[in-house]
Amino acid sequence: MMAGTLVSTMINGDATEFVCQTGETLLEVLRNRLGLTGSKEGCGTGDCGACSVTLDGRLVCSCLVLGVEAQGREVGTVEGLADGDSLHPLQSNFIKHAALQCGICTPGFLIASKALLDRNSNPTDEEIRFALAGNLCRCTGYDKIVRAVRATATELRKK
Amino acid sequence: MADDPKFKNRKFKAVGTRPPRPDGLDKVTGRAKYGADTFAPGQLVALVLRSPHAHAQIKRIDTSKAEKLKGVKAVITSKDLPDVTNGDRDLYDTLENCLARDRALYDGHAVAAVAAIDELTARKALKLIRVTYKVLPHVTDVDAAMKPGAPIVQPRVYTRGVSPKPKSPSNVAKVSEFGHGDVEAGFKAADVVVEKSYKTEQTHQGYIEPHACLASVGPDGHGELWVTTQGHFVYRNTCAALLGMDVAKLKVTASEIGGGFGGKTHVWMEPIALALSRKANRPVKLEMTRDEVFRSTGPTSSTSIDVKIGVKKNGTITAASAELRYQDGAFPGIWAMLGAMTAYACYDLKNVKTIGYDVLVNRPKVAAYRAPSAPMAAFAVESTINEVAAKIGMDPVDFRIKNAAKEGTKSSYGPTYGPIGIGPTLAAVKKHPHMRGKLGKNQGRGMACGFWFNFGGETCTDLNIGVDGTVTLTVGTVDVGGARASLSLIAAEELGIPYERVKCNIADTGSLGHNHMTDGSRGTFSSGMSTIFAARHAIEELCQRAANTWEIPVKDVVWHEGNAIAKGKKHKQLQPLSLGDLAAGSENTGGPIAGHSQIVADGAGVSFASHICDIEVDPETSATKVVRYTVIQDAGKAIHPDYVEGQFQGGAAQGIGWALNEEYIYGDDGRLQNPGFLDYRIPVCSDLPFIDTQILEIPNPNHPYGIRGVGETSIVPPLAAIGNALSDITGVRMTHVPMSPPRIRKAIKEKQA
Amino acid sequence: MLKVCLSGPLKSAADGAASVLISAATIRELLRELVKQYPQMQIQLDDGIAVSVNGDIFRDNWSQEIPEGAEVFLLPRIQGG
Repeated sequence: MMAGTLVSTMINGDATEFVCQTGETLLEVLRNRLGLTGSKEGCGTGDCGACSVTLDGRLVCSCLVLGVEAQGREVGTVEGLADGDSLHPLQSNFIKHAALQCGICTPGFLIASKALLDRNSNPTDEEIRFALAGNLCRCTGYDKIVRAVRATATELRKK
Repeated sequence: MADDPKFKNRKFKAVGTRPPRPDGLDKVTGRAKYGADTFAPGQLVALVLRSPHAHAQIKRIDTSKAEKLKGVKAVITSKDLPDVTNGDRDLYDTLENCLARDRALYDGHAVAAVAAIDELTARKALKLIRVTYKVLPHVTDVDAAMKPGAPIVQPRVYTRGVSPKPKSPSNVAKVSEFGHGDVEAGFKAADVVVEKSYKTEQTHQGYIEPHACLASVGPDGHGELWVTTQGHFVYRNTCAALLGMDVAKLKVTASEIGGGFGGKTHVWMEPIALALSRKANRPVKLEMTRDEVFRSTGPTSSTSIDVKIGVKKNGTITAASAELRYQDGAFPGIWAMLGAMTAYACYDLKNVKTIGYDVLVNRPKVAAYRAPSAPMAAFAVESTINEVAAKIGMDPVDFRIKNAAKEGTKSSYGPTYGPIGIGPTLAAVKKHPHMRGKLGKNQGRGMACGFWFNFGGETCTDLNIGVDGTVTLTVGTVDVGGARASLSLIAAEELGIPYERVKCNIADTGSLGHNHMTDGSRGTFSSGMSTIFAARHAIEELCQRAANTWEIPVKDVVWHEGNAIAKGKKHKQLQPLSLGDLAAGSENTGGPIAGHSQIVADGAGVSFASHICDIEVDPETSATKVVRYTVIQDAGKAIHPDYVEGQFQGGAAQGIGWALNEEYIYGDDGRLQNPGFLDYRIPVCSDLPFIDTQILEIPNPNHPYGIRGVGETSIVPPLAAIGNALSDITGVRMTHVPMSPPRIRKAIKEKQA
Repeated sequence: MLKVCLSGPLKSAADGAASVLISAATIRELLRELVKQYPQMQIQLDDGIAVSVNGDIFRDNWSQEIPEGAEVFLLPRIQGG
């Protein structure tokens, strides 16, 4: 057995250490070693976005990032979106606008939507659609997802 | 009459509202547990070795080196899943599909599997398994497989549905003929006859969650299975039968399901996980990769279809026929038969004949995909309908209205229709502002209709009243996208209490009677009916408890808006007892209060939809874009309209992907060339416009609330609606799906030449 | 006597007949009589069937009563997504 590598990182604001093999993806580490199963594997090739997380604020597919690359960086996952018992407005609006059916793609969409709204507080529908084009949803036809993101942008701008 | 399924018109309070779904919070916080999201102490990781050949004899499998690798706890081949199917043909097909026996029948067919302490070890072990193949000739195209001399896929298959019984095996597994009247006479009486041939390529359901399960079986014959499925009770029966286990000793829990669309109604790999676990005596987790999902599970048929329609100049169809050739993959199915049944279901035809050929090829076993087989047949028929309308100079919507089926029409597949929604959806199309919207440059408009049967089936439901008057609703149909909200609304409606006081759970197989799976658009129809009956049984009990409390005869008690009320002047001093009051006092009036229902929910209502779409085609590249889309569908009754609209929109999006992009591409070597989401491209957010919906409610007479089921029909019309829009722009009739840019360009060039 | 219409692959089990006459008051009786007259029908029943009575399709409830003069269709059992 190969020796693992010790990695020190921040996950959702918490200092976290883990040991992983050098070939292991960040997604595998999150799911199998840290029990953070909110990030999903839909393809393992960066095509579906179900594993979307942020790395130092930047949107990435965690299936394309190695676990060891998280060393010294900040990882944001769906588990860190809510602030205690108050949901992020994106989370409340996804429920309110029925923007999910099966829900498997939802964590990825939430992370990608937050990444969009963090850099553009007033996106057009087209900007929303292109910002979310890396996330596949097979249930909804995206209609209610775009509406939920739009409603959240409006809500956040009023704050 | 607690169990009376007949529709009764009523004013709804809860049903038809749009409250938040009970599983919403878990799903937006990442807390919801799907197939791959659970772990067991001491679990092993399993991987499957798959055939790289389209068709090959398996001469020998040497697993000895893999078994000796440190960390490997079990290796299995078909020898570890002996045939205990007792002559059950479907079950044997499932067994052979799970793990190849003497032959690998398609690229991706499982041949062996390992369980090891971690993935790395399992991957090394797979490489140590030596399989000696003798490659055999293969066939992957449906028309080629029907030709004389084509390689025989299954020597045990003789054509069904023909007499006398054939003497030699054939790739044509089944011939199915439907219709009535005399089509030859009908064509003779026609002023115009149009004949067209079509092809559609194979598509996958494309659920984002790959198949995954966690199996645990002990040497005592007891076991548990956690699995992503549309029907855990059905999976239990199938897995127990294949493993030779007692049904009661296998507890199956349905995880949250990350999409199924028919693809998770079939057992694919769960027996492998169970067999590995049994051999290793450890829990085993098995997850498919996306590549494995594409290569070895559930695509729909590719097809080849001939259509012929005869019409009078006044627009009356005199005869219609179709020959439909659908491939089933390597195992017999009913897919062409379903195409033949649904092809002309929208129309009132005096003379109609369809004939379906179910054909075996060296591709994965075809599975149900949302209104299975109907979209391809509708593509062929609805495209031809437009051609016919054009030939006689009639508006295609008016032409459909003139020939639409209605109550009393003898359907093309046999029975006479009751009240149905095709006419009303077409009338709604005529009135819809979309039809009058201005089209831009290089844009065109099309519309098409679609049909699906819907069905019900075995259903078992419990309704338990808690000590505080809240209600636990326990159902056995998997929630594929909002059902818990809908069923809670139904329980609240029937009991007369707020939605927030009902909690709906999906039971594991140890906690409730058998339930058929969530397919055929049956979830809300069947469990809705069963929930109504369970609630009515609980109300009977609640009235009895009120009678006990008041010491009056139960016949003097009625249930009204969440309260027991004593009828008549002599009881006027008795204050109503609420559900909460009765629950709090239940200990002394007879103990726990519950309602139960175990039914066959038959009498599902057929479903119709009409779609309108606007398409833009780039004149240089032939790239297409859907610029506007409208779905109009009869729901019977929309319980939670958000999730009804969601079904309409999702089905339309899948149909749009099928129409424009998605296809399985096989090489000459019989191997699938695009088993990934990069090369098998499903619609992304920037591909689609908002999808407008209009819900019609023509009550199903066989459901207390009029529910028909809404899950499937919306995938049926898009292929033809888009084809018709393309024809509107380019003047070219597209006959090959997907209507991808290269095919559109080729068709335009051929027309110009 | 009921006129039972056959469709699809079921016809071949009744020597190609589009309909047969059967005396039966329930779906269970109907199926029993059918197999008695056409033993080939058993294979079709094993594959799965559904019975339409006056336009309502019954897949599983074999105790369903069939009124005299009803329109009865024997259909192959279907699957859905």
